[in-house]
Amino acid sequence: MIAIEDELQWVRRVEYLMAHYIGCIDQDDLERWPLFFTEDGLYRITSRENVAQNLPAGYWYCRGQGMMQDRIQSLRQANIYEPHVYRHQISGTRCVGQEASGWRFHTNFQVVRTMQSGEMSVFAVGCFHDLIVDDGGTLRFKEKIVICDSSRIDTLLVIPI
Amino acid sequence: MQDSSLATSPPSILNWPELGVCRVPFQVFTDQALYDLEQERLFRGDVWHWVGLETETPHPGDFKTNSIGETPVLLIRDLQGDMQVFVNRCAHRGARLCIENGGNVKGFTCVYHNWSYDLHGKLIGVAFRNGVNQQGGLPPDFDFAAHHLQRLRVDVVAGLVFATFSQTVAPLRDWLGTRMTQHIERIFSRPIRVLGRYTQYMHNNWKLYVENVKDSYHASLLHLFFTTFKLNRLTQEGAVEVSEGGGHHISWSKMAADESENEVYERERLRANQDDFRLAEPRLLQTWPEFPDGVTHAIQTVFPNLVVQQIQNSLAVRLMVPKGVSECELQWLLFGYAEDTPEQTEMRLMQSNLVGPAGLVSMEDGVVGHLIQQTIARDADQTAVLEMGGRAVESRTSRVSESAIRGFWQAYREVMEL
Repeated sequence: MIAIEDELQWVRRVEYLMAHYIGCIDQDDLERWPLFFTEDGLYRITSRENVAQNLPAGYWYCRGQGMMQDRIQSLRQANIYEPHVYRHQISGTRCVGQEASGWRFHTNFQVVRTMQSGEMSVFAVGCFHDLIVDDGGTLRFKEKIVICDSSRIDTLLVIPI
Repeated sequence: MQDSSLATSPPSILNWPELGVCRVPFQVFTDQALYDLEQERLFRGDVWHWVGLETETPHPGDFKTNSIGETPVLLIRDLQGDMQVFVNRCAHRGARLCIENGGNVKGFTCVYHNWSYDLHGKLIGVAFRNGVNQQGGLPPDFDFAAHHLQRLRVDVVAGLVFATFSQTVAPLRDWLGTRMTQHIERIFSRPIRVLGRYTQYMHNNWKLYVENVKDSYHASLLHLFFTTFKLNRLTQEGAVEVSEGGGHHISWSKMAADESENEVYERERLRANQDDFRLAEPRLLQTWPEFPDGVTHAIQTVFPNLVVQQIQNSLAVRLMVPKGVSECELQWLLFGYAEDTPEQTEMRLMQSNLVGPAGLVSMEDGVVGHLIQQTIARDADQTAVLEMGGRAVESRTSRVSESAIRGFWQAYREVMEL
């Protein structure tokens, strides 16, 4: 058992991390996005159905900050898409386990996407499954698995969740 | 007096331009009447449709659902181990029979009134058939045999299950032709392992995506990932092969073999810190040659809406499903082989970053159809131009060609009688 005071203190710190994480994406400060991860951090976006069937492939599969930087570089320089922004809502941050390498947290998310036309839609809803470590006083994601409830992506998925 | 042949054929709802398949009237992407006709002549006509992989239903009673055009179907492995395909609809009142996308059943029972069917689609039970206390129930002469599930013709090639509503279309291998069959057998030569599934919803007519995937001309122009990161490599050899009749195609190439993939990887790794537009982590480019013919890239389409993909070691099957005149959904199934090592699986997962709705070299395909759809609504009488690589439908060694798209329209006009 984790002492409840310990856990609550961690929850507060993780909520702080999450608030900055989603703020970074929603404010289009994406060059800083990889810094929320450890250098060898794993970032995946997949669906509830793939996870339930134990299938390893999904939409995004980044191992390490370098691949995350490349994704952002590609989004800025190479990929073509209609301009749009995200607004994340998160809730229910809870600790689901502690292990030698860090703390396991789950947090619900919802992303509303606004296109340049003004059209708004619920783009993704699901749960972050995170492994979080204390990196010299700063919390970072060692693993962030973004599990979308839907297996369907509308048009394309170019901005991280 | 009118010619009697004119009197019996329905009035044409579209006049194709005189120039033939090097012009495409925008009407084919916007017209509800044509869309309805496609459901009848294309999706229920003399055409085979891919519905799933045998691997997805390995045991008797295993089923999965899919759709042929807008018609929901279910495929199931029967007790003899053969694949059966039915319209997913109860013969009683028309309710969807299998509600779940997949699973294992001993038979089918409709949730509405408990009419039940065996794995061959035979009606075997009707709730309260004899009524209650001699009241109600079915008439004594009710013919069970006339109320089975609607069963489709099924044929399998290399584990890919196809079905058709047609009783007259040629057997699958003949319909595909030797070259197309061989290419399917090449990719599905070994037991596969499904790695993941997802769908990509697009706001365009389904045929705009089919044109896109047969369009080898756009690849380096719309998808700038490789160019931006200076990853273009010389291609030694390649071709666009269009089937007889035009409907199917294979676009393939062999990437230069003068340096191994791992040398490319190492070179990119060394460059990584010298230039902003270099990949910081080129690990997603790590590949291994897995086909003895040396072909590194091959996109195959099977008329009208199936894609078999080999992009280096990223293997996938994609099915384009229409969802109304101006909406469609692309189903992706990513796979590797059962015998893959963990390192090979990891490389396939890395390369999966290149494809799908988040694909570094493919995400644009999700939006480009919409860029067309939104401009043509009020100009149905105008046309698209397809003259790259000539005006004919033929196989070419150059991939700067729209020949495979012209081939699609040739086959489409044939089946649609346009």
